[in-house]
Amino acid sequence: MTPPPSLAHAAQRFLWTILLALGLSSAVVALGGASPLEAYRHLIVGSLGSWAKLTQVLRVWVPLTLCALGLLYTFQIGLWNIGVEGQVVLGALGATALIRWGLGAPPQWVVPAALAGAVLCGGLWALAAGILKTRAGVNEIFAGLGLNFVATGLQLWLIFGPWKQPGIASMSGTETFPENYWFPTAGGWAVSPYAAAAAVVLLGAVAWTLRATRLGLALKAIGRNEQAAYLLGLSPRRWMLLAMMLAGGLAGLAGAYQVLAVYHRLIPNISSQYGYLALLVVMLAGYRWQGIPFIAFFFAALNVGSIQLPMMLRMDSSLAGVIQGSLVLAALAVQGAAWRRRTAS
Amino acid sequence: MAAEDGVMSEWPLSLFAASLLAGAAPLVLASLGETLTEKAGLINLSLDGTILLSAMAGFAAAVETGSLLAGFAAGAAVGAATAAVVALMSLYLGQSQVAVGFVLTLMTKDLAYFLGNSYARIPGPQAPVFPVPGLDVLPWVGPALFRHTLITYGAVAAVAVTWFFLYRTRAGLVLRAVGENPQAAFARGINARHVQVFYALVGGVLVGLAGAAFSLSVKPGWGQPQGAEGMGWIALALVIFGGWHPLKVAAGAYLFAVLQMLGITFQGIWPSVPSQVFQTAPFPLMIFTLVFMHLGQRPEVERWAAARPWADRLLRFVRARAPRALGRPFPDRG
Amino acid sequence: MDIELRNIHKFYGSVHANRGIDLRVQGGTIHGILGENGAGKSTLMKILAGAVPASDGQILLDGRPVTFSNPAEASRLGIGMLYQDPLDFPPLTVLENFMVGRPARPKRGVRYWADTLKGMCRDFGFSLDPKAPLETLTLGERQQLELLRLLSVGSRLLILDEPTTGISPEQKELLFRALRRLAHEGKTVLLVSHKLEDVENLCSRVTVLRHGAVTGSLEAPFNAQDMLALMFGTPPAPLEKRRRTFSEKTLELRRVSGLGGRAGLRDATAAFHRGEVVGLAGLEGSGQGVFLRLAAGLQPPLEGSIHLFGKDLTGWDYHAFRRRGVAFVPEGRLEEGLIAGLTLTDHFALAACAPKLCVPWVTARRTAEERVERFRIRGRPESAADALSGGNQQRLLLSLIPPEASVLLLEQPTRGLDVESTYWVWEHLLRLADDGATIVFSSAELDEILMTADRVLVFYNGRIVLDVDAESAHPDLLGSAIAGRVIS
Repeated sequence: MTPPPSLAHAAQRFLWTILLALGLSSAVVALGGASPLEAYRHLIVGSLGSWAKLTQVLRVWVPLTLCALGLLYTFQIGLWNIGVEGQVVLGALGATALIRWGLGAPPQWVVPAALAGAVLCGGLWALAAGILKTRAGVNEIFAGLGLNFVATGLQLWLIFGPWKQPGIASMSGTETFPENYWFPTAGGWAVSPYAAAAAVVLLGAVAWTLRATRLGLALKAIGRNEQAAYLLGLSPRRWMLLAMMLAGGLAGLAGAYQVLAVYHRLIPNISSQYGYLALLVVMLAGYRWQGIPFIAFFFAALNVGSIQLPMMLRMDSSLAGVIQGSLVLAALAVQGAAWRRRTAS
Repeated sequence: MAAEDGVMSEWPLSLFAASLLAGAAPLVLASLGETLTEKAGLINLSLDGTILLSAMAGFAAAVETGSLLAGFAAGAAVGAATAAVVALMSLYLGQSQVAVGFVLTLMTKDLAYFLGNSYARIPGPQAPVFPVPGLDVLPWVGPALFRHTLITYGAVAAVAVTWFFLYRTRAGLVLRAVGENPQAAFARGINARHVQVFYALVGGVLVGLAGAAFSLSVKPGWGQPQGAEGMGWIALALVIFGGWHPLKVAAGAYLFAVLQMLGITFQGIWPSVPSQVFQTAPFPLMIFTLVFMHLGQRPEVERWAAARPWADRLLRFVRARAPRALGRPFPDRG
Repeated sequence: MDIELRNIHKFYGSVHANRGIDLRVQGGTIHGILGENGAGKSTLMKILAGAVPASDGQILLDGRPVTFSNPAEASRLGIGMLYQDPLDFPPLTVLENFMVGRPARPKRGVRYWADTLKGMCRDFGFSLDPKAPLETLTLGERQQLELLRLLSVGSRLLILDEPTTGISPEQKELLFRALRRLAHEGKTVLLVSHKLEDVENLCSRVTVLRHGAVTGSLEAPFNAQDMLALMFGTPPAPLEKRRRTFSEKTLELRRVSGLGGRAGLRDATAAFHRGEVVGLAGLEGSGQGVFLRLAAGLQPPLEGSIHLFGKDLTGWDYHAFRRRGVAFVPEGRLEEGLIAGLTLTDHFALAACAPKLCVPWVTARRTAEERVERFRIRGRPESAADALSGGNQQRLLLSLIPPEASVLLLEQPTRGLDVESTYWVWEHLLRLADDGATIVFSSAELDEILMTADRVLVFYNGRIVLDVDAESAHPDLLGSAIAGRVIS
């Protein structure tokens, strides 16, 4: 992680990144036999074309931002928390479990309990990966990935086994919760405004912990030089576990959001790969919080805008992923070019 | 072809072995490719997506040209191209191999779905079975080992070839030396960085062939999901599991295929449990193995095992160390 | 092969490691290069071997000027170097190590190289198993292999960097016999060493370096006094030190052993007292580094026990030692001590402020300003630690030591510092000692130890070979002990 470049340099890099990514994804679209301009137009109209679409974008923005915020902690201390995907799933499982147990009890108790349970489940799932890393020498990428697959397996087993719909188990998920257990929302909005507001508050809170608290300073110190941080009196292992749990907790919250505010039940693809996507968001944001809400919004818009591509252009919606990947790859290349200039001189 | 009608050739174990050999071919190829790349000191994390993209490219090219050869060539080219991006970004542009690899994992996967859209669920060419004349009529062994597609034979041969190359040839020696200590290799006049780029490409070619083997032989055709999702990660873990030794890595790949097939068998016993649950079973096993390997390197465990020959032998078998320069590029002087 | 170096300079950033070195070596002789740690010997040899480019100067082989930009080109001209840490491939077998880097033509099989290696081994009386993995070999055996390899690729000049450290006496005898024979056959040998006896035993001529420059050349037979004078200079008259007696024991190590460095540490016993300043002398990696790390709780001892203020702390970690008043200052300032990218204020917020949920930025900044002022750090509270110069980084490290620390363990506290900074550092440390702190430090500079320490421990090959009052210690006595000869 290098110090932030000057404004002019940053603008220059930004432009180069956009140009490169645009060139790359246009080439891909053309290779797919379609007009890039047409595809971009549909992406924009499909995501920002109406108020309804915009609220759909925000609906994706919330979990993406939550996951990305959590990843700030783990990246700060130098860990690749690829297990964030499974932590989202565990959060969703925790929330579903609590709702199922709490059916009949007053929703104003059950819903907060479900949120808390999701945070706990996600956090503990991340803790498992952290312990494997710090105590058992398993690289956090493999530990996290293995746990992702395990989480998926667990989830499918629950959907098709103990939690199956009466009569028939199916890929459509568990039974839908009664409406009074849904996360509160405003009329006609795809996104719960309370959830979006909560995400903004959490963004501020995470930024604050990173800037102003000992947590932020300790993570930064350990991430940059573990040995020196140890000599200055910090315990790297303990902070690593804490960072993992915080990231897992936020991811768990994103999982709970998917269950309580979006699908109102547990479905097989509950995480929608937002965990993996959030890793890209944070990388593109340069591992700093400032860019996260905007990049997350842009990525969410791509995801939502691409939904109508199969209908309108008979094009696969994975174009969103191609553009997102191109952007990060372009950003890395531009960074690399700057690095090469710096080391050459 | 007399034996084909015979009861003996339908012996279940022989069928099991046959489908094991064929089904494991992509995994074997991919993990061998990654072994070569990592032995030279570079990590190509992008396998999971690369395999999909090369599967798609292989199938598409075969459909367009009607030539299986073109299909495999396209798959190999895609694998090499992805590996080239990782190598150039890390060795020449100083970027983290993990970061670049991870982005490519996601991006190549989406590329595969995007570009493969028009090839989804259409009929296409399929690698034919080449029975080995004379040997295929042998009872039991014939149907198990000698009635396969060329790529299946190729995967088995690749195990031996990779081993031979690494441990019995001059170039293989250079490859291992670079992965251990690029500085020392440099002092002896070896251009360490070129070696690393080259074996990233070679490894990429094998990964690409793995993808093409999937879409042209194991599970012919293209669709979304394709069925090869997750295989790249397994291949990456197998390289660690096999201690960067091609024979152990390949053994791990075949063992993994056995587990997968047992999973299918268990599914027959508990039909209500979705197949994905069984497919995840090897992952906790993988984690346990990695933990076990780590614990085996603790001095107190070593001391404990030293007095017990069986434990000592077991430890020595699982003990493995990554190539010392793995993931740490040689500073800009080559 | 005759070698001539003319006016060789080498700068590492602002450090002037070689200051215009001229050197002539006659073909067919064994020539010694003698000097302390940091005298510039290794740098000079790496330049000659092509591993490091010279900043300025000329190299002539047999009277002809040559240039090369990497070790492989130097090797083609017949120059081979045996590095202090052998440049080889530990998991590969002996034979594979022997074969790596051979040209593709003429094509030779494994059998050919196995026979070559076996023949050479027999010739030199080495016994190396071609099939054994290199990592199972001792350092001396790895050296033997590398020597044979260099000869087999046609090296006519052999450079050996501290070859006798960490090998057994028998291996040393074998090595010396081989080198004498090679010189007799017309090869040129450059022996870089720290040890008088090596040079006396082997060399016909010796050149002494000090602070990156040549201080003199001597012909055999050598006079040890002359060599020591050239190596260490004439030490300035020791400061008038008041005779001090120490009674209150603070830190004590009893029969400790540990791993690390080239030699590890074996069976070391020492006790330190309130207000005492103790210097640890010795060739780099002779055990003093491990000793300091054991004393700080940074690694647990394999054997023995460590006591702090009478309490047995064996097996506790550094944080436990730290809470009880121990402070460790590592040698690698940016590698281990400071955090690149963090500001001075950040450092003080971590090290000097009470751990609270919110970082007390105002206090941290005030502390930073105050310490920058008091420790005369040329930098601002918001400067990044890695933007400071070496001297200022050292000041920052010292300013991070908690004021209440009572046992200070310092690795090479003045390495790479200019005279003014060195003086300042010692002024500060001695003041702390006067206030009752125990100071234990390692240093490569004998002058520094003699000028500042009350007591000196000399480490050689992983053992404490000498423990004397600085006042009664003559530089020659220490120099000999460092070089492995204890005069009783």
